[in-house]
Parts: sequence; C-alpha cells; structure tokens
Amino acid sequence: MKFAIQVNEGPYQHQAADSAYFFAKAALEKGHEIFRIFFYHDGVNNSTRLTTPPQDDRNVVERWAELAEQHDLDMVVCVAAAQRRGVADEGEAQRNGKDATNIHPRFRISGLGQLVEAAVQSDRLVVFGD
Amino acid sequence: MSETIKNFLYLNRKAPYGTIYAWESLEVVLIGAAFDQDVSLAFVDDGVFQLTKSQNTSAVGMKNFSPTYAALGDYEVKKIFVEKESLEERGLSLDDLQHLTWEDEDEDWAEKDSIHLVNRAEMAAIMDDADVVFSF
Amino acid sequence: MSTLHTVNKSPFEKTSLAACLDHASAGAAVLLMEDGVYAALTRTSVEGQVKGALDNLKVYALGPDLQARGLLEDRVIPGISVVDYAGFVDLAAEHDKVQAWL
Repeated sequence: MKFAIQVNEGPYQHQAADSAYFFAKAALEKGHEIFRIFFYHDGVNNSTRLTTPPQDDRNVVERWAELAEQHDLDMVVCVAAAQRRGVADEGEAQRNGKDATNIHPRFRISGLGQLVEAAVQSDRLVVFGD
Repeated sequence: MSETIKNFLYLNRKAPYGTIYAWESLEVVLIGAAFDQDVSLAFVDDGVFQLTKSQNTSAVGMKNFSPTYAALGDYEVKKIFVEKESLEERGLSLDDLQHLTWEDEDEDWAEKDSIHLVNRAEMAAIMDDADVVFSF
Repeated sequence: MSTLHTVNKSPFEKTSLAACLDHASAGAAVLLMEDGVYAALTRTSVEGQVKGALDNLKVYALGPDLQARGLLEDRVIPGISVVDYAGFVDLAAEHDKVQAWL
C-alpha cells in the first residue's frame, strides 16, 4: 500500500508530529511505501534544523531526518505555509531577501500541488493534526 | 494533469480567523482545482461559520479571505455541502451565508447554486462516498 | 466503502468524538488516539455514547497513548480493542480510507 501523510502541527506543541512519525515508521516496517510526507500549517516547523531539544527528550526534527535517510522518503514543506512561518531554504532566502536559511537539508520546500498529487497517487491519505 | 479521478472531500469543521485552518484549507482547494478531481467541500460544526456574509476584518487586522469562497465557482468547485444541523445549532440559516454560485457552460452559462444544504445523514453518506478526505 | 475514522482529542475538550460518531456509518471503524483515548475509559460521562457506538462500529484505542497517560487496559470499555501503531497501519490499509476528526 502507498501512503501519503499530512502533518498539520509543529514539533512538541502537539502530538501530531509524533503520531505521524510512528505511523510512518510502522508502515515502512510492514513493507508499505510512503509516497510523501507533506507538512502543512505549523507542520512546516518540523523542518527547521535549528531546534535544540533537551538531551533527555526526543529530537523530532532529527528523527524525521533519520527515517527519511533510511528509507529515502520525500518530505515536503508547503512553500506558502513556510513563508508565513519563517522557514526558508537558499532559494526562498534569496527570492525574499532574507539573510538566513533554517531548513534541514532532508526536507524540501514545494507547492501545495505536491499534497494534492500525493493524494491522487497514493492509496491512503492519513492526516495528523489538532 | 493525471489519469486517475478520485472523489475528493475537503472537510471543514473550524471557524475562520480564530485559527488559520479555514484559510489554509481553502488554499489547498484552489491549487487542487488544477488536478481535475471530483471535488466536494463539506462544512460541518463550526466550519459553517466560514461562509457567513459581511465579514469585516479591519479591526482585527487580518486579511478578509471570505471573497475567495465566491471565486470557487470559477475554479469548477460547485459541490459545497453545508450541514443543516450545524447551522441550526449555531442559530444560522442559509440566509446568513454567502450566496455561492457557478456557471454551467453546458446550459448557456446559467448561474446555479453551489451550496447544497444537507442533513447529518446525507452528510454522512457524502463522507462515505469520498475516496480521500482532507482534514485541517 | 468503509472508513477508518481517527479521533485525537479528548471528548471533554472538543466535540470531535461526538461529530465523528454522528457521521460514521455502520461498519466503519473509529480509532481513538492521542488525547482521544480518554473516550475509551469506563465510568466517564461519554461511556454511554461510546458503548452505543459499539453496536454499529468497531472502536479501537491506541495502546501507546493509553500507556503514556497512565491508563491501564483494564479501564478500557469492554468491546474496544487496543492496538499499537502497527495495528493502526493495518486498520488504515484494511479500510478504504482514513478520515481525521481534528
């Protein structure tokens, strides 16, 4: 089965990102395919490389990055939602006159069309939010 | 844009402005229109508040995005289901909502209503028929 | 078409559980997860509503979320099945689609 996952909330504030992660991990362990993980609304904040969580707690961003690395996952952050919330890659920083980037390299910024495409191409869309 | 045509349902259950979900979900609908899927929008619970007329956001300093609902017809989004019980629980009637329409090119561009008032049981059936449900 | 509905908020905080049960068709499944697992407990003010739902729907609770909240499985309404994330994935695959009540 091909899954598309939508994450609507940022790390730590809501459990959504954790639930999505464990769902994705379990799906992969069962041999399913994750077509794409799409981060929307505050979910775009899962992609910042600048978090420094306490040592004794999970590192949500790194956990996503490791899963993506292990399974070659496509983790997409919505461009409009990212612009609104200040998540930027090189391209965005240059286009919008920002003096820094903060995105973790394992994520890519793209349009909402990627979410719709994932819904069309996958067998199941699973949404995690508030 | 693709061969597959699925029955897409965008589920709206939250009020506008208090949170961003209403606006950002509309943005998905607009982009999604390009994918030629079979699109329906469902407004249930506080989602019905998104469609009220006369929204004036100047004093709260937020963008009034309600005119975007009126543009949905131009994007071929014409199946907008509003739940009757949700309206009634909130003291609203169809008259409190924007009059959303679309133009049917097969009938000489006749203007038709996009909003369909449905009861809970009908809404449940509409949800059942969907292939994919987007929640925000 | 049978749907897997997910409810992730507490029934004492939000109306999502009630809204879900009002719309879920016979034969559908409901997965209580995150704060939604509180709806799976006996002796709550929503126990009657949830037990009633069991007549027509399969109801599941996500074990890891119960454990996190200090809730032992013996406090779960009889008839509700406790599953883990692997079980959640299976449910998502077995049903035709997943519908989140946020």
